[in-house]
Amino acid sequence: MTRRTIRFLRKGKVAELSAVPPMRTLLEYLRLTEKSKGTKEGCNEGDCGSCTVALGSIEDGHIVYEPVNACIVLLGQIDGKELITVDDLANDGKLHPVQQAFVDHHASQCGFCTPGFIMALFTLYHAGFKPTRQQIVDHIAGNLCRCTGYRPIIDAATQACNGRITDAWVADSSAELLATIQDGEDVFIGDDQSFFAAPATAEGLAKLCETYPDATIVAGATDVGLWITKQLRVLPKIISVGRAHRFDTIEDHVGHISIGASATYADAEPYLTAIDPDLGEAIRRVGAKQVRASGTIGGNIANGSPIGDMPPMLIALGATLHLRHGDAQRAMPLEDFFLAYGKQDRAPGELVWRIDVPKLNPRDAYRCYKISKRRDQDISAVMAAFKFTLDGRMISAARIAFGGMAATPKRAAQAEAALVGASFDDALSWNAALSALHDDYQPISDMRASAAYRVDMAKALLCKALMEVGSGRSRDTRLSGLREEAA
Amino acid sequence: MSGSIGRALAHDSAALHALGTAIYVDDMREPEGTLHVEPGYAADAACGRIENLNLDAVQRFPGVVAVLAAENIPGVNDCSPALGDDPILADGVIAFHGQVIFAVVAETRDIARRAARLAKIEIAADRPAVTVEDAMAFGTKDVVPEYAFKLGDVAKALKASPHVITESFHVGGQEHFYIEGQVALASPQEKGGMVVYSSTQHPTEVQHCIAKMLKLPDAMVTCECRRMGGAFGGKESQAAQWAALAALAAHVTGRPAKCRLDRDHDMMMTGKRHDVRIDYKVGYDASGRITATDVEFLARCGYSADLSQGVCDRTMFHADNAYFYPAYHIKSRRLRTNTVSNTAFRGFGGPQGMVFAERMMDRIAIETGLDPLDVRKRNLYGRGRDVTPYKQKVKDNIALEIIEALEKSSDYRARRKSIRKFNDESAILKKGIALTPVKFGISFTLTHLNQAGALVHVYTDGSVHLNHGGTEMGQGLYIKIAQVVAQEFGIAVDMVNITATTTGKVPNTSPTAASSGTDLNGMAAKNAAAAIKERMADVAAKDWKVAASKIRFENGRVISGNHSMSFGELAKACHIARVSLSSTGFYATPEITWDRPNATGNPFFYFAYGASCSEVTIDTFTGEMRVDRVDILHDVGYSLNPAIDIGQIEGGFVQGMGWLTTEELVYDDKGVLRTHAPSTYKIPCASDVPEDFRVNLYDSGGNPADSIYRSKAVGEPPLMLPISVWCAINDAIAGLNPGVAPKLVVPATPEAILRAVKSMQS
Repeated sequence: MTRRTIRFLRKGKVAELSAVPPMRTLLEYLRLTEKSKGTKEGCNEGDCGSCTVALGSIEDGHIVYEPVNACIVLLGQIDGKELITVDDLANDGKLHPVQQAFVDHHASQCGFCTPGFIMALFTLYHAGFKPTRQQIVDHIAGNLCRCTGYRPIIDAATQACNGRITDAWVADSSAELLATIQDGEDVFIGDDQSFFAAPATAEGLAKLCETYPDATIVAGATDVGLWITKQLRVLPKIISVGRAHRFDTIEDHVGHISIGASATYADAEPYLTAIDPDLGEAIRRVGAKQVRASGTIGGNIANGSPIGDMPPMLIALGATLHLRHGDAQRAMPLEDFFLAYGKQDRAPGELVWRIDVPKLNPRDAYRCYKISKRRDQDISAVMAAFKFTLDGRMISAARIAFGGMAATPKRAAQAEAALVGASFDDALSWNAALSALHDDYQPISDMRASAAYRVDMAKALLCKALMEVGSGRSRDTRLSGLREEAA
Repeated sequence: MSGSIGRALAHDSAALHALGTAIYVDDMREPEGTLHVEPGYAADAACGRIENLNLDAVQRFPGVVAVLAAENIPGVNDCSPALGDDPILADGVIAFHGQVIFAVVAETRDIARRAARLAKIEIAADRPAVTVEDAMAFGTKDVVPEYAFKLGDVAKALKASPHVITESFHVGGQEHFYIEGQVALASPQEKGGMVVYSSTQHPTEVQHCIAKMLKLPDAMVTCECRRMGGAFGGKESQAAQWAALAALAAHVTGRPAKCRLDRDHDMMMTGKRHDVRIDYKVGYDASGRITATDVEFLARCGYSADLSQGVCDRTMFHADNAYFYPAYHIKSRRLRTNTVSNTAFRGFGGPQGMVFAERMMDRIAIETGLDPLDVRKRNLYGRGRDVTPYKQKVKDNIALEIIEALEKSSDYRARRKSIRKFNDESAILKKGIALTPVKFGISFTLTHLNQAGALVHVYTDGSVHLNHGGTEMGQGLYIKIAQVVAQEFGIAVDMVNITATTTGKVPNTSPTAASSGTDLNGMAAKNAAAAIKERMADVAAKDWKVAASKIRFENGRVISGNHSMSFGELAKACHIARVSLSSTGFYATPEITWDRPNATGNPFFYFAYGASCSEVTIDTFTGEMRVDRVDILHDVGYSLNPAIDIGQIEGGFVQGMGWLTTEELVYDDKGVLRTHAPSTYKIPCASDVPEDFRVNLYDSGGNPADSIYRSKAVGEPPLMLPISVWCAINDAIAGLNPGVAPKLVVPATPEAILRAVKSMQS
């Protein structure tokens, strides 16, 4: 069965739209169609959070609210969700607890970013626990404020998000209604030339992608959204992976985890953190809450950015990528997927299907590091990941992968080889590997970093990883993301 | 209720902000038939003659109503604040990448954006002068002439100095990154008039620009601004172009038209804080005291003058910060480059001057081995050492008091010791600390701007309509002025309705800038309210047969002896008695003088002071940095509203910290700005703010100058407090090799910090 509309929950009612142009963003729908002007456009690229809205979806019988950037989410993608915006929160003129806390703490000045903060914090309010300051700061890392300096916003969040939920959305009040619009139907709105499609099954998705090899496959739209809003590309055929049942499943096996391609960063974070705390810290620094709620591991791989954070992290672990084209499946080491700048080993109509990520063996040690101008919500200048297999105090094997050092995410083959036999107790034994990095990488200079700095970082981070594994400490070598605190 | 002044009242729009119901220009219900304007530019050239401008495809794009170019402008094609050198639409040549050549007017914004990319533009491209070094090498004509403050024979004084440091360093610019981009909505009126709603700090300038452009008398154009979603100087002169394009589209089509810039265009097409190269020599004695300083500021002004004269002058005015220079040569060159025209930005040149002064202090400390704080204290203005390089005597100096209070409350000396210990034991992570003062001159240095007007109406129910020439950009101006008026009338603030700033109510206004909004408009509004109050008191006095001087306005009532009535009852009585309940108010700052040709006078009504102490940790492997703790003590005189003032201090600090650390503007050698969106240009986010952030207001005896309720301006001065962060980074690096000065620049990005770390080894 195919549905020619999208349905979502809005202001306590089911909204059903048949006019869903494939490239229409949720923000355009709110501001231009609904004329709900509370949600603001700050950057139109998912980097400032001013357009943050809450999307509710049912997980294990409960509604979970997540913040998303309405400017780059496509309207069609909210099918089956509850959409809550800043305009909805007050109850009979009485401010929502998050709104009231903003007034109480002088947390707005110009007020333009405020609705986005309110909605980001609405989702934290509904997380159902009392967050620490660190959790609050992390939750709003994707919301930029240019006026306040954030202190009063953090205070307001501390007051409002206290673990008690007393607003109109208490106790899954919308769950029943939301359940009525969950179905197993494929969504297809439009015609052969221009459509928004969201198949309900993974198999249906694979088939549709095969049928329309020129269609644009969209997962979190944290990248594709910008093709639309910034590059003004015309993408008349959109296939959204988000509704495909169990396509986002993460399976925890004995020796590895298997990540469905539409699993978001937020979904994958606990599984990867369990492999190594550095993975958790690095994922915490991928975009911000909004991006991690929408963006997917599969999408980050599929788009093949040389500065994508996930590929180096996963390549160092020895991940295997599974692709599917119609009924045909194939697999390859993840590093082999990246052929050249902007070119991946993916045929038109072929889907990134799943990623198998080996867990660490007892003799393995893992470290990864992200270097960026701003600690949070920044794109990496350099992303480094290391897996050392130890033989006592010696290295018997190494996998090293970097982002930002080449036109693709790339392994440091020569440094890996040079590291075999190196000892943690003899820094001189590292030198061959450190100088081999010069042969492995010839990075470029751009607005994020100079080539010279990138080379310096490659060496510094390898050195740091060796020091940290050798000493078992990170407190003396890091400003944030201490392993001692994660343990 | 004991009056409104001094209370930590919420921003007047706080609830509206939180509800999402505060209306910004783009949120206004569009009048029927509103069109949308998109600027067009040459994607691949920065400067040169326009050889061919083919707009056929743009014109043919479905939904396009008009395409505007320079020849469509009936009057003056200029949106500059003064010198007539900023074309609204480029005429024959472009001078920077992103300069607007044409504008598309279309039924929807999406259509306009898509159509604008179809233009075929051929430019006979010249090689752009991107940097100040390029400008000097190419010999481009400075946008305004160089200027200097001089005292004594500096060369001789330097020669006679026991020690001399010579250095040159770069200080980067800064994008305003107001979250609401530039926007204006123009609505055509009868007889060719125009009403424009603009997100602007300077409605009067927008009005004048549009009137000139459309060949209309000023009286036919009205500009209104209820609020801006941030401005920070970026909407002082540079809001005019977008309002002008909207008005031109409205004029040409006869339909309302809106121009709202996309973030990338906003960053490409509007100016920023001036970046500067600072070349200096300083002489000093063994005690670390300066004997002479010779400095040249080379400012990248961009392609036109804009406000560069005032900005660069203010760099010179603050090249002393809080320090006395016995002999000096303070020179500034305003270089013309093929980049967007740099403009006002919170601090208005002052920050660049101050960062120089503080750099000098750090350098002297490194050379002498003295604690940088002791070098600073030794060089402060003091008795017999109290004349600035522009000959104004510093009469209200409290720099030392503030520094010493903060030195104590921040535990500076003990922390200095424990940091030394930490650094001795830590190989990779290193800490640094610094305590730096701020002294900032308050008044427009263009003296005639120091005036303001207000309009106050009292209605017969006792409610009050307040209007003044200042604009609200989030700084809390409206609530502060409402507090002033409520105080004057002895009524509750919520009886005062604050209304949008419009050239139709208060004319000939100055921009809301130079931290002066409250000082000027507060006094004007107070004068307006006082005039009405005097008339009201006369009516009551007559009625009660008491002297008018015996009548008090308090707690919403008017009282004398046993007589009492509500403020509203008296308003009604005045109306019956045919007494006017409306008044304008006017204020001009007294005492200030400035003779620019002779570089002498009292350009500032008073100085605002503050100090901050910052502690940081750096990673010497990667250059990454964390701010561990910040203590601030800042002087606002008697605070009109401590909540608003603390908001300005904290917000200014974090914004300044961004300028000094993570915010990096990168132009390539073709003059293209590579950092034109938040994905590449990184302003501070919540996790950059230290958890340990202690902000206090200085326990002031009130402003010695007769300012509004003896308060002090607070908009800009705190932006310079985070120079202590930059100095603390320098301190952390300097510890690696005592006696060697780190080569640190602004901004101190991780890469810049690592470069400075590496400079210590050589």
